[in-house]
Amino acid sequence: MDFTRRDTLALGAGATAMALLPLSAVAQADPNAELVGAPDEFLAGADAGTGDLTLTAPEIAENGNTVPISIDAPGAVEVRVYALGNPTPGVAAFRFGPLAGSQAASTRIRLAGTQDVQAIAKMADGSYQTAMKTVKVTIGGCGG
Amino acid sequence: MASGVKPRVKAPKKASAGEVVTIKTLISHKMESGQRKDSSGNVIPRSIINRFTCDFNGQNVVDVVLAPAISTNPYFEFEATIPEAGDLKFTWYDDDGDVYEETKSVAVG
Repeated sequence: MDFTRRDTLALGAGATAMALLPLSAVAQADPNAELVGAPDEFLAGADAGTGDLTLTAPEIAENGNTVPISIDAPGAVEVRVYALGNPTPGVAAFRFGPLAGSQAASTRIRLAGTQDVQAIAKMADGSYQTAMKTVKVTIGGCGG
Repeated sequence: MASGVKPRVKAPKKASAGEVVTIKTLISHKMESGQRKDSSGNVIPRSIINRFTCDFNGQNVVDVVLAPAISTNPYFEFEATIPEAGDLKFTWYDDDGDVYEETKSVAVG
């Protein structure tokens, strides 16, 4: 088997592409960027009901850098919060242990602009509950 | 960021057995999101606290994963059941590998 110049070039290009592929895949997947993930990943195709999860957030937040939110989901094992309009939607994941007094928590989050904030709770029986709230943001909180 | 990080916890010193108490925690930390740019246009690298846990006598109360969308000086408020006298242990995990700890004793009586 003898290689023409054209064959050799094609082979070389292919090999380079193969070598670069895993590299670019690694570059895109920031190891610690998405521990909370996106809503679809958490739900994994399951349907989410509404009612047992309360998400409290202000209707208008003047400063997107600190928007107070609280979640309350009696019977939940895990609640995740997503800011759907942020560069990365994941905000926080709360896992409640055996000594949690209630499945509720409050914190302060950053919002890039006016957007929907979604909370998804995974209940003890494996079902999901969701709640959504639109927050109007006057000054965005991602530094632009 | 390993300098100027100061955890603050507000928890009751006394509780009755089985009581549900409210706990508030705050830790001073700039929570650099990795989205901002400095004056010359370079991205400021991400530096946040990525996990917070609270345990009582070794049993978990709450375990929170934090994303860059959590505000500067992360604040958490939650409730814990106090079954007996013991210690509430709070732990914050920094991106740079630092771990900040705080312990609060709760007496039952």
